[in-house]
Amino acid sequence: MTLGLLSRQRWRIATTLSAVMIVVYFGFVLLVAFDKPLVGTIIAPGLSVGVLLGALVIVAAWIVTWIYVRWANSHLDRRVSELRAAGPPA
Amino acid sequence: MLGTTMLGTPNSTSIGFFLAFVSLTLGITWWAARHTRTTEEFFAAGRRITGRQNGFALAGDYMSAASFLGIAGLVATSGFDGLIYSTGWLVGWPVVLFLIAEPLRNLGRYTFTDVVSFRLRQRPVRIAAALGALAVVLLYLIAQMVGAGNLIRLMFGLSYETAIVIVGAVMLVYVLFGGMIATTWVQIVKAALLLGGAALLALLVLARFGFNPLRLFAAAAEHYGAAVLAPGKLISSPWEAVSLGLALMFGTAGLPHILMRFYTVPDARAARQSVFWATGLIGCFYLLTFVLGFGAMVLVGHDAIVAVDKGGNMAAPLLAEALGGTPLLGFIAAVAFATILAVVAGLTLSGAAALSHDLWVSVVRHGNAPHEEQLKVARIASVMLGVLAVALGLLFKGQNVAFMVGLAFALAASGNFPALVLSIYWQGFTTAGAVAAIVTGTLTAATLICLSPTVQIDILHHAHAWFPLKNPALVSMPLAFLAAVVVSLAAPEAAASAGYAAKERRMILGEQ
Repeated sequence: MTLGLLSRQRWRIATTLSAVMIVVYFGFVLLVAFDKPLVGTIIAPGLSVGVLLGALVIVAAWIVTWIYVRWANSHLDRRVSELRAAGPPA
Repeated sequence: MLGTTMLGTPNSTSIGFFLAFVSLTLGITWWAARHTRTTEEFFAAGRRITGRQNGFALAGDYMSAASFLGIAGLVATSGFDGLIYSTGWLVGWPVVLFLIAEPLRNLGRYTFTDVVSFRLRQRPVRIAAALGALAVVLLYLIAQMVGAGNLIRLMFGLSYETAIVIVGAVMLVYVLFGGMIATTWVQIVKAALLLGGAALLALLVLARFGFNPLRLFAAAAEHYGAAVLAPGKLISSPWEAVSLGLALMFGTAGLPHILMRFYTVPDARAARQSVFWATGLIGCFYLLTFVLGFGAMVLVGHDAIVAVDKGGNMAAPLLAEALGGTPLLGFIAAVAFATILAVVAGLTLSGAAALSHDLWVSVVRHGNAPHEEQLKVARIASVMLGVLAVALGLLFKGQNVAFMVGLAFALAASGNFPALVLSIYWQGFTTAGAVAAIVTGTLTAATLICLSPTVQIDILHHAHAWFPLKNPALVSMPLAFLAAVVVSLAAPEAAASAGYAAKERRMILGEQ
């Protein structure tokens, strides 16, 4: 794999995961802004839709972080060491 | 409950815990001072911090007393709304990981300005970016110092001025003698104490509710109505919500003291691991804070909390006293004090790096300053910032500083983040584009804050504000990106574009 290809692959993964985080977080914020009654709905004793979704935003941040680290630790690091071993381009 | 609180009276437990923390950290500083001989050790801890250690230190740098006491207080007084802030402060971290952390480590040495100026003309970019960094650092410092003075007065009964001088002096000892090595370990110790303290309090709260947070929330809803689990006044309009969200999410990726921490680890892999740890720790911390806020609401009571401090900032210390008496109160008070010290030290060090590495060494001396001179200038800059921090703390006494943290995040998201991310990923980015992005973002954000309801109505008591939003990021951040793109496209820079391939290679593979 060439450096340019690896760089583009990293860019695709980084932007996709960033977009997921942006959609999740701004989805939450906009839901709070536009539909307060829904967010305040109690779904179980002590639990509202808002509290559940807020906790899920935190969990979502952990999940996307974990996905990236897993990909980078296995795939990215291996390709990087291959490219480093191959030496500078002619 | 009220009237029996020991809060605000200096007691032997809190002073004992605080002295123990200061002795331990001064011991660390003494040890660190013997390993701080080069600029690389002073600014980057010799790049020998591991990923996990740096994760704790990042969390220590980020979890300020404002977020511990402030969010617990916001939850205790208005319930659900506190969660909106917590999530906003956490979601910036994955963005830092995906877009910034590894390229930053591979391309720079001490400051994020290294990366912005990488293939551009050094002097204009360095000057603009260093000033942008200093603006964020100074605002953040004012907010921390004024907060510190108020909190310490409330908790220990010391005068505001004494508290400010103690914070300034102890922090300066860490930075001056122990540099980044001491600052890093102070932050690690502080992060462990803060998380440990918050976890202990949360366990003690949950023990009263069968270790089920839902029973705690249900008890709160029974006392104060189901409204505590629903959105309150924090988000007034969708525009306001999105603007605040943008500042919180992208501001983290533009905070100089956070970005500087990525240079303390040996390589990009360790930089990645450190964000992994930081995201986990900070997320846990905010979940714990949510439990503490509701615990204080139920066990201490809304009226007792507001009676001590209108903003609710004393909710967590009062909860500690209700659960564990004076010893636990003393411990939590000392942890809050330690928290302030660590954050202020990190800020001072990053400001010193901007002054000495970016402005003195790179701009004034064209990158050719002897080693001893660099270290000397770094220490002089630290003293200047320490004195400035104390002076600003005294000057802004009694001001509402909550908006300054918001402004610091908005400035970071508008002034620093666009230039940083474009310099890393856009081949067509130019010197003029970088300067335009930083100047436009910083000036627009600062101007709009001055015209916002927070300053015009709340502080100056004018009848109306020129700009409707409390947070300017929704306007200033897109404007900074627009300025960068328009200026870069209008006058392409061949040398910058030609340097992109070498930059890309180093960004992915590191220094070879």
